[in-house]
Amino acid sequence: MAERENTAGTAGTTDSADRAEPADRTTTTVGSGAPSRRALLGWGGAGLALGAAAAGGAVAMARSDSGDDVVPAGATGAAVGFHGTHQAGIATPVQDRLHFAAFDVKTTDREEFVALLKEWTRAAARLTAGHAVGEGAFGGLAEAPPDDTGEALGLKPARLTLTIGFGPSLFEKHGKAFGLTGERPDALVDLPKFPGDNLDRARSGGDLCVQACSDDPQVAVHAIRNLARIGFGKVAVRWSQLGFGKTSSTTPEAQTPRNLMGFKDGTRNISGTDEKALAEHVWVGAKDGPDWLVGGSYLVARRIRMNIETWDRTSLQEQEDIFGRDKGEGAAVGKAKEHDEPFLRAMKPDAHVRLAHPRTNGGATILRRGYSFTDGTDGLGRLDAGLFFLAYQRDVRKGFIPVQRSLAASDALNEYIQHVGSAVFAIPPGVRDENDWWGRALFTGEA
Amino acid sequence: MRRARLTALTAVTTAAALAAVTGCTEKSKAGDDAVKVTASDNKCEVSKKEFPAGHVELAVENKGSKVTEVYILFPDDRIVTERENIGPGTKQNLTAEVKAGAYRIACVPGMKGKGIRQDVRATGGGKLAERDPRLDKAVAEYRAYSQAQADETLPKVKVFTDAVRKGDLVAAKKAYAPSRIGWERTEPVAESFGDIDPKVDVREDGLEEGQDVEKDWTGWHRLERALWQDKKIGQREKDLATRLDKDLTDWQKRVGKAEITPTSMANGAKELLDEVATGKVTGEEERYSHTDLVDFKANVEGAEKAYALLRPVAAENDPALAKELDKQFAALDKLLDKHREDKGGDATDGPYAFVSYDTVGKADRKELQDGVNALAEPLSKLAAAVVKKSK
Repeated sequence: MAERENTAGTAGTTDSADRAEPADRTTTTVGSGAPSRRALLGWGGAGLALGAAAAGGAVAMARSDSGDDVVPAGATGAAVGFHGTHQAGIATPVQDRLHFAAFDVKTTDREEFVALLKEWTRAAARLTAGHAVGEGAFGGLAEAPPDDTGEALGLKPARLTLTIGFGPSLFEKHGKAFGLTGERPDALVDLPKFPGDNLDRARSGGDLCVQACSDDPQVAVHAIRNLARIGFGKVAVRWSQLGFGKTSSTTPEAQTPRNLMGFKDGTRNISGTDEKALAEHVWVGAKDGPDWLVGGSYLVARRIRMNIETWDRTSLQEQEDIFGRDKGEGAAVGKAKEHDEPFLRAMKPDAHVRLAHPRTNGGATILRRGYSFTDGTDGLGRLDAGLFFLAYQRDVRKGFIPVQRSLAASDALNEYIQHVGSAVFAIPPGVRDENDWWGRALFTGEA
Repeated sequence: MRRARLTALTAVTTAAALAAVTGCTEKSKAGDDAVKVTASDNKCEVSKKEFPAGHVELAVENKGSKVTEVYILFPDDRIVTERENIGPGTKQNLTAEVKAGAYRIACVPGMKGKGIRQDVRATGGGKLAERDPRLDKAVAEYRAYSQAQADETLPKVKVFTDAVRKGDLVAAKKAYAPSRIGWERTEPVAESFGDIDPKVDVREDGLEEGQDVEKDWTGWHRLERALWQDKKIGQREKDLATRLDKDLTDWQKRVGKAEITPTSMANGAKELLDEVATGKVTGEEERYSHTDLVDFKANVEGAEKAYALLRPVAAENDPALAKELDKQFAALDKLLDKHREDKGGDATDGPYAFVSYDTVGKADRKELQDGVNALAEPLSKLAAAVVKKSK
């Protein structure tokens, strides 16, 4: 299974991968499940496992947490189950690459919009399993453009996850036409203007978002491109962001990644396996708000530009003071190891870690999933780069907002960063099985 | 235009199984096997309606009082071969290599209109696949549309070029955009000839390597630059105006011979939208005059015409697609109307006026682009809907 392939001829029929089993959201390895016809012809059953191991070399490598031996990142090439209680792409281990897209809804026809959500769901299930969209990228009618754009042919699923979200404007601008009046969750607030924000409207907001994470950038871009194409006429891309080098991890036991300032980021992030913390801080519970969102979450996305050049001219001492951790090990001030419990009062009052810490913010805890970005240079020769910050939480008012209030007011890091894009989305629960679809509970009222 | 991009009209001809034939005319004496064509002012008689495929010879005699012309046509009105200027009382021969299949012989007394037609058939091996007659009709009507656009464009071009020759900057500017409408509506047909487009519609950046901007750049956009950027008309511009007349007359004469098939019509419609998406929405096409929205509208109209002609077959094969295309054409028309200065009135009734594209902001351009994507994506599926067998 899981070989990315053209499926003309078998599409929508007996290909068992089409009906991905209700997964327990663990990563399935390449070679499990029923092999597709092409895989059987091409590799032979026994060869699959070998092929999977070898293919890992094509994608990013990561060091294992135990030492220097290099292994393929996250058993690279594997597929992440699409169906489950929660959407994949939140608590699942963070992949190496991102393509995030925000859409404006163009249609005013409820049925048409629902049909699109269903079609997107079908496509997402195929894409995350490593299959081509529709009837594939070749082999169809010569006179028509193929259903799939084709650039992911031959690539592994690469742990692709696709996660959909609904923005406040979906409920405000389109609520009446779509019968969503009164369905906007109280916690889906418009973010306040924080001091220092310099938001570009063209890079902010959106009625919908799709977050594509993958270990292979081509796989992530392919997914967004095909969803955008399916959506033409019903939705239009408002803005999008590519990301690389995850800046925080949901597997804190592994080595903590670094952001573009060279500091480890996400040391104390919520672990994707910490069910208790996830239930407390990330997943929307039965008593939190609308029923349709139970098992979902809220996402805040911020494009944070870094003044890379001035940062790089800043002395090491100042850099470490600003963060409140040392640059090499990542240990908090006065501590020896990265994971040693920080003593906040040892840090400067405006140190980033001190101000961001849950204890400073009444316990506010968020699950971060951000990525570094570099969009070339800005015309003045400065690197247009920074952090594309993604944070999941159970309630934006208790998660991102208090933390950002405290940071925006006095974070020493503010001299080197600027928030230039912003969006917030309600993330519906997972797609349960092949009959379910993104947003069903919201649109049908049936949980 | 974007040079060398719009090639579908020539590329997909094989799909129609109308194999290319070479036509030629000669004055030599007709053989005994020749098909005798007796033309008069109201008749076009042929001596036989069936003849073997291969080398076919027509022996034409004009017994009428008007100058006539005689054609061998495919069922879709594409010209196999023709002979013009056959004077009253004279004889002419024309020959062609034809494959087996249906044809028409047409005499056109006075050399105007569709003429008087006779159905004929070439028999023997190498049979051509029979095509849905509705599609032949669509192609024939689209050819007639393309011809009419060319015919109507030439006088408008002359208004423009006359103004240039007179050195009248104001009048030339006014006549510029209207002179381009017919061309923009049928651009894929014009571009299928390959050699006309680079002469009349190339932009400075479309010149080939080694071509000199001042010496080799000709056509509408070179004059556009003179009028709006240089703001002066010199002898060079006057010469270029005359050359534009000549090149477009060549276009007008050749439209009838263009390779047009149902799929090339469908893909041509999509390509007109591609033109909009890559050149008009960005403001690149009319970078000096900012009349991009006039071209935009004309491109959409041309695409809509091709679609309307193919619609009966497409709607039978893919009703959902036809419904979506109806909706998206209407939506894009509505979106364009937002930028129209002359409210009301059909564009076919006269020149239409749009706001200068440099006054259209980024958000509005994005909206136009979204509208183009919304139409062009389903339009890319029209060709398949036209060729696929109905269930």
